[in-house]
Amino acid sequence: MRIGFQREIQYRTRAFLMLFGFMVEPIIYLAVWTSVAEAQGGQIAGLASGTLAAYYIVWTLVRVFNLAFAPDAWEWRIRRGRMNEFLSQPIHPFHRDFTMFAGGKFVFTLLWIPVAFFLTVLFDPVFEWAVINVVGFVLAIWGGFAVRFVMLYLLGMINFWTTRGSAVFGIFIASELILSGRLVPLELMPDWVESLAAWLPFKWTFQFPIDTLIGRLDPAEIVTGIGMQALWAVGVGVIFALVWKRAIRRYGAVGN
Amino acid sequence: MGALNELQYRINLWIQLFNSALALGTGLVAIAVVYAHTETLEGWSAAELLAVLGVHLLIGGFLKTFVVPNMWRLIQDVEEGTLDYTLTRPADSQLLVSVREVSIWSVIDVPLGVGVIIWAMSEMTADVTPIGVAGFLVALMCGAAIIYSIWLAVVTIAFKAINIGDLMQILNGVYEAGRWPVSIYPLWLRGSLTVLVPLAFAITVPAEIITNRINWWWLAAGVAVTVAALFVCRLVWRWGIRNYSGASV
Repeated sequence: MRIGFQREIQYRTRAFLMLFGFMVEPIIYLAVWTSVAEAQGGQIAGLASGTLAAYYIVWTLVRVFNLAFAPDAWEWRIRRGRMNEFLSQPIHPFHRDFTMFAGGKFVFTLLWIPVAFFLTVLFDPVFEWAVINVVGFVLAIWGGFAVRFVMLYLLGMINFWTTRGSAVFGIFIASELILSGRLVPLELMPDWVESLAAWLPFKWTFQFPIDTLIGRLDPAEIVTGIGMQALWAVGVGVIFALVWKRAIRRYGAVGN
Repeated sequence: MGALNELQYRINLWIQLFNSALALGTGLVAIAVVYAHTETLEGWSAAELLAVLGVHLLIGGFLKTFVVPNMWRLIQDVEEGTLDYTLTRPADSQLLVSVREVSIWSVIDVPLGVGVIIWAMSEMTADVTPIGVAGFLVALMCGAAIIYSIWLAVVTIAFKAINIGDLMQILNGVYEAGRWPVSIYPLWLRGSLTVLVPLAFAITVPAEIITNRINWWWLAAGVAVTVAALFVCRLVWRWGIRNYSGASV
């Protein structure tokens, strides 16, 4: 974790530019929805434009916080034989990767503050603060990261069986874009999409932490959400543990 | 062996087709969601936005096929010191580094974009005049030239400071802003997308011409911006070459 922290501190220009790059996407969405909201007399589907602004400002933090080990990177590890070095270490590569990414989050959070300030001046967000929201958010954003990390890690296992995993990753990213609240808050989607999303993990990694911080959820909903995150993280984690064993066996077969 | 190679490429074609369809699909979803809540977006109807999406795909196809692979190659050559082989050739170095690589399957986005534009036109029942089509083609070519100039200039300036992968990601993010007409953005952003990174002229103007929304002065401005962009890019490239000492010192 410390290495991850130091790595991001060292490349702070890079981290800052990445944040800048990630800002473009929410600003686009925010501009689109603000102009729709204004055309509709200040709000859409119960969301005022100030709430929308708050939503997309927190969006930027959740987005960088959610960054996890890309499934494509496994292909590189496997093809270059880098797997051996991981396997010969006494700890599971999962711990190594997870803590590495987790460490970087502290730097991102620091760098996010000026970005958020800049966006706040530009877009006039409305937050409804309460202690429970902030506390809930701290838990929820780590929970969201954990869920997304195990999901992508599991997805990366596909590379042990095929070299054409990118189609599957494409589907994953597209579903996530639509069903997580990344494109728009799910309330703006048709009802059936919204109810479908509640049964899938994506929403819990993205919209749930955002909604928690901007004050759209009551304490009971926050607790339920964190429970859902725990459920998904453990569930996917168990599947991963099973798949990992088979993947390693298969890797040995190819490597010889 | 040749057959195997061919087969491999065919699979790449399918994957590319699949990814393009996915990108088009999410673009359509975004438009559908927006127009489920409103009739017009700053005066743009759903069909007109479809045309913008089509132009975005088309220019994006050009970008991914011809520009981006050459930028990667350029950086790779700088890092490995093999750029010298190109610089010592008698032909113009900027031309040479710009036409070495083609990522052929990405070209699929071009016909896909054309298809979306035609679909948009049929939804609008707008009058398609020969002059409109001619203006559209001119605007498209200007758009392609602008995009090329921005990418080459930024890569020439910035590759020392930033990892090339991150740089491409950021440029890609900025390019995504072109998916919507620039008039919906707040003034400061609209300004930067018109002057600083002239995506407005690369994507919105062609779409405005084909949907009959254009004030023809914009096309003239677009041509002027294209000339300026090419010129600035040229200056930046020469500056970059002057400061490049090569690997053989």
